[in-house]
Amino acid sequence: MEPINIVESVLTPLDKNNVDTDQIISKEFLKRIERTGFGEFLFYHWRFNPDGTKNENFVLNDPRYQGSTILVAHENFGCGSSREHAPWAILDYGFRVVIAPSFADIFHNNCFKNGILPIELSVAEIDELLAKGKEAAYQLTVSLEDQTVTGENGKVYRFDIDPYYKKMLLNGWDEISLTIQYEDHIAAYEKQQA
Amino acid sequence: MAKTIIEKIWDQHIVYEEEGKPDLLYIDLHLLHEVTSPQAFEGLRLANRKVRRPDLCFATMDHNVPTKNLPTINDPIAKKQITTLEKNCEEFGVQLAHMEHPDQGIVHIIGPELGLTQPGKTIVCGDSHTSTHGAFGAIAFGIGTSEVEHVLSTQTLWQNKPKTMEIRVTGKLGFGVTAKDIILAIIAKFGIDVGTGHIVEYTGEAIRSLSMEERMTICNMSIEAGAKAGLIGPDETTIEYLRGRRYAPQGEEFEKAAERWIALNTDEGAQFDQVLEINADEIEPFVTWGTNPSMGSGISASIPSAADYKTETEKSALRSALEYMGLEEGMPLTSIDIQHVFIGSCTNARLSDLQAAADVIEGKHVHPSVTAIVVPGSRTVKKQAEDIGLSQIFIDAGFEWRESGCSMCLAMNDDVVPAGERCASTSNRNFEGRQGAGARTHLVSPSMAAAAAVAGHFVDVRDVKAAVHN
Repeated sequence: MEPINIVESVLTPLDKNNVDTDQIISKEFLKRIERTGFGEFLFYHWRFNPDGTKNENFVLNDPRYQGSTILVAHENFGCGSSREHAPWAILDYGFRVVIAPSFADIFHNNCFKNGILPIELSVAEIDELLAKGKEAAYQLTVSLEDQTVTGENGKVYRFDIDPYYKKMLLNGWDEISLTIQYEDHIAAYEKQQA
Repeated sequence: MAKTIIEKIWDQHIVYEEEGKPDLLYIDLHLLHEVTSPQAFEGLRLANRKVRRPDLCFATMDHNVPTKNLPTINDPIAKKQITTLEKNCEEFGVQLAHMEHPDQGIVHIIGPELGLTQPGKTIVCGDSHTSTHGAFGAIAFGIGTSEVEHVLSTQTLWQNKPKTMEIRVTGKLGFGVTAKDIILAIIAKFGIDVGTGHIVEYTGEAIRSLSMEERMTICNMSIEAGAKAGLIGPDETTIEYLRGRRYAPQGEEFEKAAERWIALNTDEGAQFDQVLEINADEIEPFVTWGTNPSMGSGISASIPSAADYKTETEKSALRSALEYMGLEEGMPLTSIDIQHVFIGSCTNARLSDLQAAADVIEGKHVHPSVTAIVVPGSRTVKKQAEDIGLSQIFIDAGFEWRESGCSMCLAMNDDVVPAGERCASTSNRNFEGRQGAGARTHLVSPSMAAAAAVAGHFVDVRDVKAAVHN
């Protein structure tokens, strides 16, 4: 997985709460047996009208946010299914950071396995960022090392992150390789249970 | 120190712990299906790794299998997922109940049915409804595909210890009110993210009186309240359910296991991080009217108005849900017409669910404007239902009687609700597009779905049942 530390981009304001994984990646796109290629289907039924044309009212189709790598949304982002296709689609589309007041547990976990940084800020801070982002393209600088999000006006928002996952993301580590180093503990546990 | 059942099971499974790190937790049972496993097996192959404990894995096919004209799969991509799972299970030595195997079914229905699910186990699957298995007093949770690969390779997971929550359901369930109504009422009352970061233990008189199948319905939808897992302490009901099941301990071993299982129960005086309470006496048969499972009400209620909500985010969520659903603020729930009925899913497709629906429709007929299907949760459930004549009751009433699978719960196969049409569904999610692009889902219990199938709109199943009883 690709390491992540500094991310600079305009934010994409997705002004919704409870964005579920069925919206992030709809079930008709879960049949691939690869991890890649899901980006074109991200938020498919919001991005496209039933006739396949672009829904110009949806934020991802707004020219101001093209190329953005930071998604900002309201509470409980990623609720619902465990499908890792959701973070795969987010990453494949180009986002590296998702900022919200809260995340659903499985989605949150899945982000860390894929080099996506989920950042929790307060509801008031999110409201502020969404307002700025909707008004005009608004640039953010995220530093994982410093645990900060800095707005283009210089305002700094601090965030907490589990130190274990911070290290994983900064280094882009493969978790299985790390766990294999605990083989003796695993074998001992199995012996004791037998 | 007094401990909750959650802490007891957790502590028994810690392989390694260190300050500043999540716990390395041992996994006792890993269930697999065709949709979330292919990339995990491919990862093993690329890194030249093996499945560490194939004997602790069990696989089946459920998400995209057809429910009629087996074994033909029209969708070539779905077919590829099916054949990929067959190939992976063979290569890595994992036991598989394939599409036409007598043990096949929805993964969360066959685990308990086969006795693989047992109290005190840690159970994972690449599916959020893994919480179902918590009904037995196990810690069971859904994981992503990277974690599936991690468990296949190491039989462990790094997990931060979740907080604990007790949801106490006091009182007694009223006539015509079911386990599905309890869990929908809990989610409506406390919200779809109340459980985030927690494992829930459901307690109280109303929970104790439930059968194992009803308990599974409750635990199944823990994830719809945002919880990592939900469980119910094991008791005589649990033990009697498991006695004699194929993969449960047998004979004297079973009695010893049963003693250990009972000892797992939460100690008197153990503290939960949070305690919530709801009174079963006040719960009515439920219907959801919105686009997440908390947007639901008792059948005698009407759809709320934006004025009932405090924040602008909530008001706008209500408006956008009602726009998607084609409904108006203040409409009585009984005025909503339906075109489809789906009785199925890991929430409500066990034998007692089919029995409850059959009791309502026996001698009646599906409304002419409604298409209704029954999809048994497993091949075993299907056979049992056929043996006791339930299938005939459904067929005589105008339902289609199908093969088992996830089917219209998430519409990955051909069982899709058309855009703009409305379905009374016994499944677990009413998200936009869940049952098909533009489809409108209302979550209900099996008996409420059956009553709606006959009436062509939502009705209070208590009135229907009362009429039968008189």
